[in-house]
Amino acid sequence: MNDRFKPAMQILKDHGYDSAKLIPILQKVQDAYTYLPEDIMRFIANELEISPAKVFGVATFFAHFATSPKGKHIIKVCNGTACHVKGSAAVINTVREKLKLKDGQDTTEDAMFTLECVSCLGACGLAPVMVVDDVVHGQITPAKAAEYIDEVVKAEAAHGN
Amino acid sequence: MENENFVTIEGKRVAIEGERNLLELIRKANFNIVTFCYHPELAVYGACRLCLVEVEGMGIVASCTVAPRPGMKVRVNSDEIRKLRRINLELLLSSGNHNCTLCSKSGNCKLQKLAKDMDVTEIRFKSKKLDSHKDATSAALVRDHSKCILCGNCVRICNEVQGIGAIDFAFRGFRAKIATAFNKELGESHECVSCGQCARVCPTGALMPNSSEIEEVFKAINNPKKKVAVHIAPAVRVGLGEIFGLPQGKNIDGKIAAALRMLGFDYVYDTAFAADLTIVEEATEFLERFKKGVNLPQLTSCCPAWVNYVEKFTPEFIPNLSTARSPMQMMGPVIKADYVERGGKREDLVVVAVMPCSAKKSECKREEFYVDGNPDTDYVVTTVGLARMIKEAGIDLANLENEWFDMPFGTKTGAGVIFGASGGVMEAALRYALAELDPEGARSVKFTSLRENSTFKEKEITVGDIKIRVAVVSGLKNARKLLDDIKAGKNKYDFIEVMSCQGGCVAGAGQPQFEGWSARKKRAEGLYQEDTELAYKSQDNSGVMALYGRVLDKIGGKKAHQLLHTHYTDRKDRTGK
Repeated sequence: MNDRFKPAMQILKDHGYDSAKLIPILQKVQDAYTYLPEDIMRFIANELEISPAKVFGVATFFAHFATSPKGKHIIKVCNGTACHVKGSAAVINTVREKLKLKDGQDTTEDAMFTLECVSCLGACGLAPVMVVDDVVHGQITPAKAAEYIDEVVKAEAAHGN
Repeated sequence: MENENFVTIEGKRVAIEGERNLLELIRKANFNIVTFCYHPELAVYGACRLCLVEVEGMGIVASCTVAPRPGMKVRVNSDEIRKLRRINLELLLSSGNHNCTLCSKSGNCKLQKLAKDMDVTEIRFKSKKLDSHKDATSAALVRDHSKCILCGNCVRICNEVQGIGAIDFAFRGFRAKIATAFNKELGESHECVSCGQCARVCPTGALMPNSSEIEEVFKAINNPKKKVAVHIAPAVRVGLGEIFGLPQGKNIDGKIAAALRMLGFDYVYDTAFAADLTIVEEATEFLERFKKGVNLPQLTSCCPAWVNYVEKFTPEFIPNLSTARSPMQMMGPVIKADYVERGGKREDLVVVAVMPCSAKKSECKREEFYVDGNPDTDYVVTTVGLARMIKEAGIDLANLENEWFDMPFGTKTGAGVIFGASGGVMEAALRYALAELDPEGARSVKFTSLRENSTFKEKEITVGDIKIRVAVVSGLKNARKLLDDIKAGKNKYDFIEVMSCQGGCVAGAGQPQFEGWSARKKRAEGLYQEDTELAYKSQDNSGVMALYGRVLDKIGGKKAHQLLHTHYTDRKDRTGK
């Protein structure tokens, strides 16, 4: 077997090849591969003896699953009730503009950033909230959001050369 | 004591007689509620919300999802129900492109029928942004998402009856759609076998057999440099009539022959001729395998969706498939070889097959069926496609006088004609084989059990001290189960007929749309009726036997193998293996 499929095989083993556990299996697969690649989903379907269309249906139903590669840096902006009221929409717009994301596009052309709009991060007291690579920033403004992105870009440039 | 096992529907008592749900009972009471997602051959889904009724004490329910209980009082047309039904219909209409005059399904569309019945003249809701992408990449089927109302019938038949799941719901909310795995075009789907049963149960024009060839066929007919031969499959003659107001299942081969000449075809042949030819080769092949005990059970190979299935999902059974081509793919090369023999050029003859099937459209495009870039069968038109051609040409089919098929490919036996019904190919093959094994006793064997309206039939035939065990299955999920049982050693057979469509070709995706078993039964009866008027077994087809003398040489011989047999390819997905 191709090495690429070994992590998926292990996850299937851990879940007893039980097709009823498709969602937890896909969660683990996404952890291992950062997203759900087509060949891995096909492999999972064949091993679980369910149709690949079913796996694809589940993968595209839940916002949590990504079927295309994510960027190196993940920016999450909360758009839950509290964050929304405190102005997260303006933050999201600024981030989209700054990253030059077109309609329906969540990952930048250079695969450096992925923007995820999430429903609640459980930090409503800090609303509006933005998370950059697992670091939580509270009471964010459009200007601050742009600064955090610039910081990442700068750090990348420093590392890159 | 009066029978208390009844439900009151709009004040009328209706006895409960084993109906599975309230909707069936309501329809029995002659309230013909139009629904989209309810299909008698599929599991209950309860999505379209058009079967809403009011049940006293329960409130408003989807009647397809409620079991009838004695004493229920049901309102079908209360003010509230009427209002809800209209809102639901308007929401469905607002969700897509339902411009009926520009749709091939017009006249046969449930959504259109309901809108007309309810006299919907305006839609109060704003339309969502349409997915206007049309997928015509599959030779067999065309998808138009803008006409899809997400009833899920296609998803369920592909899963429940075919056991494949080539399509499923994907995405969410307004973006929800029916998609193949990874949202590929249907022509690129690894799973789709082109059987078209999804199109057979689609209530709108969202999924239909690909009809793009019709234009090409008209052009070929009008091209003075080409001669055009056409042949019609057995199931077509018992399927076409109902579109022209003739009784369902009535065999109208004579009228069809006349209409085809009026359309301008130069040679009008009968695919049943080639069905006899298929039997001669396939039964000969079976007898050889049976005597040697190799590659048994032999699996029939005339259903192209079944061949696709074996190649894609159970390639370990490829050696079991008969190598004899399907009647359509025998007819093409034989007509062309005959034309060449009489001094014509192969590329000047266009062969058109009229089939009850969508998968036949992809079968004729398989590369092994081309000779120097020229296909054995140029175009496949469905039964419904032929109806369109006849209508466009203004031909009054119902009032035509019967005509005969042209020779030399117009002769047939009953064995060739019954190919169109599930069990027919097996019966035809056994008629041939038994006559070879035991000429005396063969005629006394009856095949009643193979003609039943069942998707799984079996029979053990004894000839002298020989026993032949046969099975007949239709629906690919049934076929898969049978193969799994054979692999597990639970069952043993010598010969198996498989048809992808439940009931056989009479129920193909190219036939006029229907629900339930009554249409299948009537169409099959039309074929078995013609059988009684014809010679019994394929050996008795004088045209076929003459062809061996003239072109093919020996039965099962080298020349016959070259023209009449094929090979298969393992196409199983082994990602990661």
